[in-house]
Amino acid sequence: MADEKTLYLRASGLTKAFGFGRWKTVAVDHVDIDLYEGEVVSIVGMSGSGKTTLAKMLLGLIGPTEGEIYFQGKKRDISSRRKKKEYWKNIQAIFQDPFSSYNTFNKIDSVLLDCIHMRDGRKLPYAKKVELMTEACSFVNLKFEELTNKYPFELSGGQMQRLMIARIFLLKPKILLADEPTSMVDACSRATILDELMKLRDEIGMTVIFITHDVGLAYYVSDKVYIMEHGRFVESGTPDEVILHPKETYTRRLINDVPKIYEEWDLSTV
Amino acid sequence: MSNVVLEVNELTTKYVTRFGEDVYAVDHVSLKLEEGKSLGIAGESGCGKSTLALSLMGYYFPPLHYTSGEIIINGTNISKMSPDKVRKLILGREIAYIPQAAMNALNPTQRIINFIEDVFQAHDPNKNKKEIYETARKSFELLGLPAEVLQKYPVELSGGMKQRTVIAISVLLHPKVLIADEPSSALDVTSQKMVIKMLRNLMENGFVKSMIFITHELPLLYNVTDNIMVMYAGQIVEIGTAKETVFDPLHPYAKGLMGSIIVPEEGLRDVKLTAIPGTPPNLKNPPDGCRFAARCKYALPQCKVGSIDLRPAGNGRFYRCIFSEQELREAYKHG
Repeated sequence: MADEKTLYLRASGLTKAFGFGRWKTVAVDHVDIDLYEGEVVSIVGMSGSGKTTLAKMLLGLIGPTEGEIYFQGKKRDISSRRKKKEYWKNIQAIFQDPFSSYNTFNKIDSVLLDCIHMRDGRKLPYAKKVELMTEACSFVNLKFEELTNKYPFELSGGQMQRLMIARIFLLKPKILLADEPTSMVDACSRATILDELMKLRDEIGMTVIFITHDVGLAYYVSDKVYIMEHGRFVESGTPDEVILHPKETYTRRLINDVPKIYEEWDLSTV
Repeated sequence: MSNVVLEVNELTTKYVTRFGEDVYAVDHVSLKLEEGKSLGIAGESGCGKSTLALSLMGYYFPPLHYTSGEIIINGTNISKMSPDKVRKLILGREIAYIPQAAMNALNPTQRIINFIEDVFQAHDPNKNKKEIYETARKSFELLGLPAEVLQKYPVELSGGMKQRTVIAISVLLHPKVLIADEPSSALDVTSQKMVIKMLRNLMENGFVKSMIFITHELPLLYNVTDNIMVMYAGQIVEIGTAKETVFDPLHPYAKGLMGSIIVPEEGLRDVKLTAIPGTPPNLKNPPDGCRFAARCKYALPQCKVGSIDLRPAGNGRFYRCIFSEQELREAYKHG
């Protein structure tokens, strides 16, 4: 499988340590990860296992202490603001908290217009831009006419998260990092958001990285699952291997903690 | 016969917006909670779960207003009591509430023990500090929390620990009914399991007699509660035992909700996740007839007129739909 598909992103020996000397905490410890075209990868771990730090490094929001990131075969270069922007055309993210993902002072139109401008659409006539925005909104079952001239705080959490997907639809990045995209919305909107994300992946063929503590979600969506503990990957493989037949104790414990409905849920192991 | 701890008859409460509009967030809800039983409330965000929880305490403050109906806890009708009296006599002793944002419920400038002293001062002023400390320590230890927590500030505790501390404080006075409003929504799976274990312990050790558990995580609800009530747009749409509601839902909305369950178990990877299309109705002017009709794929023209009552389906089970049990089962079979 890996041979036919192009390698989008490769991280080798990625390490991030916070603090020095006595106060040094290694959040991510020599992590290697390869991301191929069109793959859905999940990174699962408890709070504090370094999932989000890894995501931030892949995004280029924080620099790694050690290790290299290769993007499409070349070493990633984000030394200047312009190069960073160029990189962000290819990699985008959806964050956990929809309420703080938007600039409170910008209207929704301008959120979406920014995306069009980023995709070299600055010179398009306004009618065309509206058409693009309407298309993006209808892709996630929102109505652009209802959103225009509104501020982000006027939307519900689920709607905001879907608007985030509409942004991704306009930007068409190669890689999408979804950092707990559904942990702040209810189970019903969660199904909607997952459906739309998967639809979007089929539409533009991007790689999706799910960062989550929800083992059920990882099992449901991904082609490959990585289990993270204390900054290291302890187990990886297909969801059937890792989640149904875990080898590591940590993985077993993590899966045991998820409420089940068809099997007995063992509460004694806390 | 087990005795009923909490009885709610046709409770209706409303929010009054700043434009003077009435929004009926809880609409003619009736329920009975027996001793030793737990009731789960499921539903989308904005369907009135949390408002129902707040209303059940009988402690109203604007914009939430009481309209009609009655709440009977252990034989006392609290729906007509003044807020002050409710706070002194009912809250904490008869009914306790764990808020959704329990993380922020503790005072950051006080040690936990000082907060507990305040609690006792309001309800039991005769106790001295030493007695309070002893009582708190005992019940904390029974609930599996170390006694050192009492001397700590909230910032020194982790999220799961804070949540469990809040639960321990809310049951200090041994309330009859505990209302847990999404106690685990901001926690990761391991801390969530600890919270759930603790809630179960509460029931087993007799700290509380019955519990109302509100969440949108259905697998969790299934594991914790005996009965599940599904709410939609302020109304009960289905009420039954946990097993029946999860595996054999009758109401089309309940059916839709069960389609959003994700659990890491064999074979479930191939199950198609079904989301319910559309959004809940605006409660400022709810539609006639069935409130779910606009999103229901089985809806008929007669669904949208008059009002639809809860109908019994045997075994204390009720659902709100114009179709009979057989008709619904038949419809689900054909997809």
